[in-house]
Amino acid sequence: MRYLPKSTSERREMLDAVGVPSIETLFESIPDQFRLKQPLNLPAAMSEQEIIEYFRARARENSVGYTSFLGAGVYNHLRSVVTDALIQRGEFLTSYTPYQAEISQGTLQAIFEFQTLMCQLTGMEVANASMWDGSTATTEAVLMAERLTGRHRVIVARSLHPEYRQVLDTYTRNLGLRVDEIGFTGSGQVDTIRLENALTSETAAVVVQSPNFFGVLEQMPSLAALAHAKGALLVVSVSEGVSLGAVRPPEEADIVAMEGQSFGLAPSYGGPYAGVIATRDKFVRQMPGRLAGETVDGNGKRGYVLTLATREQHIRREKATSNICTNQALCALAVNIHLCLLGKEGLKELAAQNLAKARFALDALEKIRGVRRAFTGPFFNEFVVEFPRSVKMINAELLKHKIIGPLPVGSYFSELTKRGLFCVTETVSRAEIERMAEAIRDILSKPI
Amino acid sequence: MYPTDYRYTKDHEWIKVAGDTGTIGITDYAQHELGDVVFVEMPAVGSKVEAGKVFGTVESVKAVSEIFAPVSGEVTETNAVLTGTPETLNSDPHGEGWLIKIKLANPSEVSVLMDAAAYQAFISEKETSA
Amino acid sequence: MKTEEIRLTDRIKTVGRHISRNEGLIFEESAPGKRAFELPPLDVPAVDPRAALGADFVRDGIDGFPEVSEIEVVRHFTRLSTWNYAIDLGMYPLGSCTMKYNPRVNEFVARLEGIATEHPYQPQELSQGCLKILQLLMNCLKEITGMDSGTLEPAAGAQGELTGLLLIRAYLEDTQGHPRKVVLIPDSAHGTNPATAVIAGYDVQNVPSDERGQIDIARLKEIVNGDVAAMMVTNPSTLGVFEQNIAEAAHILHEHGALLYMDGANMNALAGVARPGDFGVDVMHLNLHKTFSTPHGGGGPGAGPVMVKQLLEPYLPIPVLLEKNGQLALENRKPKTIGRVRAFGGNFGVLVRALAYTLAYGPGIRQATEDAVLNANYIRKKLEDVFDLPFNSPSMHEVVFSDARQKKNGVNTMDIAKRLIDYGFHPYTTAFPLIVPGAMMIEPTESESKQECDLFVEAMRSIAEEAATDPELVKHAPHSTKVGRLDEVGAARKPVLRWKPKPPTA
Repeated sequence: MRYLPKSTSERREMLDAVGVPSIETLFESIPDQFRLKQPLNLPAAMSEQEIIEYFRARARENSVGYTSFLGAGVYNHLRSVVTDALIQRGEFLTSYTPYQAEISQGTLQAIFEFQTLMCQLTGMEVANASMWDGSTATTEAVLMAERLTGRHRVIVARSLHPEYRQVLDTYTRNLGLRVDEIGFTGSGQVDTIRLENALTSETAAVVVQSPNFFGVLEQMPSLAALAHAKGALLVVSVSEGVSLGAVRPPEEADIVAMEGQSFGLAPSYGGPYAGVIATRDKFVRQMPGRLAGETVDGNGKRGYVLTLATREQHIRREKATSNICTNQALCALAVNIHLCLLGKEGLKELAAQNLAKARFALDALEKIRGVRRAFTGPFFNEFVVEFPRSVKMINAELLKHKIIGPLPVGSYFSELTKRGLFCVTETVSRAEIERMAEAIRDILSKPI
Repeated sequence: MYPTDYRYTKDHEWIKVAGDTGTIGITDYAQHELGDVVFVEMPAVGSKVEAGKVFGTVESVKAVSEIFAPVSGEVTETNAVLTGTPETLNSDPHGEGWLIKIKLANPSEVSVLMDAAAYQAFISEKETSA
Repeated sequence: MKTEEIRLTDRIKTVGRHISRNEGLIFEESAPGKRAFELPPLDVPAVDPRAALGADFVRDGIDGFPEVSEIEVVRHFTRLSTWNYAIDLGMYPLGSCTMKYNPRVNEFVARLEGIATEHPYQPQELSQGCLKILQLLMNCLKEITGMDSGTLEPAAGAQGELTGLLLIRAYLEDTQGHPRKVVLIPDSAHGTNPATAVIAGYDVQNVPSDERGQIDIARLKEIVNGDVAAMMVTNPSTLGVFEQNIAEAAHILHEHGALLYMDGANMNALAGVARPGDFGVDVMHLNLHKTFSTPHGGGGPGAGPVMVKQLLEPYLPIPVLLEKNGQLALENRKPKTIGRVRAFGGNFGVLVRALAYTLAYGPGIRQATEDAVLNANYIRKKLEDVFDLPFNSPSMHEVVFSDARQKKNGVNTMDIAKRLIDYGFHPYTTAFPLIVPGAMMIEPTESESKQECDLFVEAMRSIAEEAATDPELVKHAPHSTKVGRLDEVGAARKPVLRWKPKPPTA
């Protein structure tokens, strides 16, 4: 087998050195009745070429060749080949968690840079080395707010991504944490009047997403003021990181939970991505996840170590801030490299292009009879459109044009049937947008 | 080494009583076992501590140790010095490195604690058995 | 290393090689106006962000954000990479972490167009390839573990643990009317086990191991009662030893209406040889970044599939993979589900790599297991005369020594580990499992040749000799790295967790 570096005679030599007649002897500690007597029933071993062929065949059964207007937490953005080339260096790809600082300075310095970039993007003071994704980061941010306030109720905007919300529910159900919902107004933003009424001295946190699930930006200063007036924390979830190239960061928040997928990570049918939690310095000891810190060696030379580890499961065990161990280090490195490539001007330009494309697409759609934007609030690169017909029916027709249409919002919000969530990034061309709008015009002009 | 006017616990805390106020800290033995202290977590002023129950934690780089209250009472002061310079706990555990002051709820609880000689004997025994 | 040599490297550093040894932070290399990425020209009318978003929502450029060119980015990260140790460089004997070779073809297929490019919300008729991958991997994992069903959704082992305990919780609530209160965890367990039990809403009761480091059956009989929901067992244990009494433990738990959870962190000692489904395990997780060779990447991403017996199937997280009218589909409706544990279905790209690994071996995966066990036993044999072996039970994929002998000269497990760096190896796992004071936990994996094992043995024997004759040399190791031992105390007392621009000079 090509991955195994031993010849038959070397195996024999090693068995002799150990002093056993056969490899079977080394498994005798497993009771005989549990030792397999037959080979596993698995597909026959494949060569490298066969493996590639297998996956190429699967790839052909997917969506290659289609234009997509899907976002909703997973975004298509340009990715430089430089990122993939660098993260595939064996020294990054095949290294372990940097517990041994002296031979992990590359990973550790990169984490330190990542933490800095995340602070710069979010307007927070401290960020961790990564969480699994945006949904679990948001959930962990809520648990963190519970620890910080000692309170056991949270108010969650209905406009938080429904799958993030489901993850939050799965985690909190058994922890005595009550989750209440707060609706949205015609702007698509959190209903602040209802929020004010719902907040009590028992509220640990208010959780909002911005841009929210409908693509609409939330008013951070007023949300923060309402939460803080009752001693609650404001937790902000950001799933479209590119927005932070044009949109004011949620600097009034107490905890920001972000998904970094937009920065250099492929959609990859759901993962791996890179979540992150950023917060204020004073809350750092209740933050989950790893942290790299700057320090010096015995000669005064600058270096980096994992620090404040007493928060973590391998030391504090059942009293840890979280059970997270393996995080998304390589994905965080990709985000780091991608952001360095984009740079200050690139990020700004990228965000501006997204603003322009989304507005161009919305204009084109709004010119179609019976089609109008569903919410009035400011948006970045996603928006909800109301159609005179079912989105699923429109999408089925669009597939014939090799177009993957908007996400049917009614699948998640029963009162929002006939509404589709469009995402238009820099990766979609003007011609594709026009072709999509034209196809929808055609579909809607035909009798049902 | 161990002040004779202090009383000690088997969990390596000390208490010094003056009137109805007790000053609580951890012993030199404890700080030595912990190694370099990097963070001290203390209760809020006004909160109650109960004899034998955890009231705070002391962290080194790779360990967290709980600190138990030698006696019950209400916290009247916490040592602000430890917030900025936790290393004071290592350099002067029986003096500047005190943790909290409490108003004693039941002064008679103090009398059951070890005196300096008993504590010294207790830790010598620990060291020889280890 | 000799003082002379240190001086020499210092001198070289100041003349020519300084850049590669003293690469700064990317922020420190930044200069206004430089950039490394150019976008295609905008083909729709540009909009002014201020006008599009309004003054309340718009942001100006980010102060201190990097401004560098492409070559600078490439050099920066390439230089950083040279300061890391990696499996690609040599043996990584980290016990319990299973640092095996990460095949390159796995990386290639995970990046294919049609695999990496797929959106989780695209129509299922355009996702059949992705769904077939998930189905085949699940079928392989069922065969390897002997379990009936499972989920590929958990993002990492710790999330797999949580998912498993939530399944147990849901099952107990559904069939017994209450979730029970306590999860039993052996004192040799990974820290994630107790941390996870708490997040699942359980109290943790630690169970001491017996004198052989195994589950103490007599003790288990005493403590199991109607409050115990489950026991979490790592098998082989963190001592690298097969739990002889695992089936009996399962029987005792089942008699009391409790379940057996197996932490599959060490499944690489069993694949192809024995199946947890056959020895009484009700639910387990796998770490694909361990047994199934997906790269650790400096700490992740991983994936933590959870495999279950039929009794837990009704509670699996959504979505579940089904076959409908000859097509595969993800189904979100499942009445008794514990819900969703991660958005978008899981770390698909990691699952792709794990399947590529499994396909490369097929039934031959047993040979990998055999080689891993052979390597560990070989190293044990070659070192047992110089290092203390606290538990004499037969080793499987890893061996745990202790520093008891070297400690007499003031040299501890961490010192020996650091000295290994000077010999060109990554350290083994230190100070774990907690039941072994001064633990030295060595797991070579199947990826090491006899020659590499011999080199390692030679290095360890040489360090044992140094510990006896020149302990100071060992205590101040490593001597060959970019930085020496770092001030972790200072880092924790006054945390510096991000770079900040220098304040403008007045």
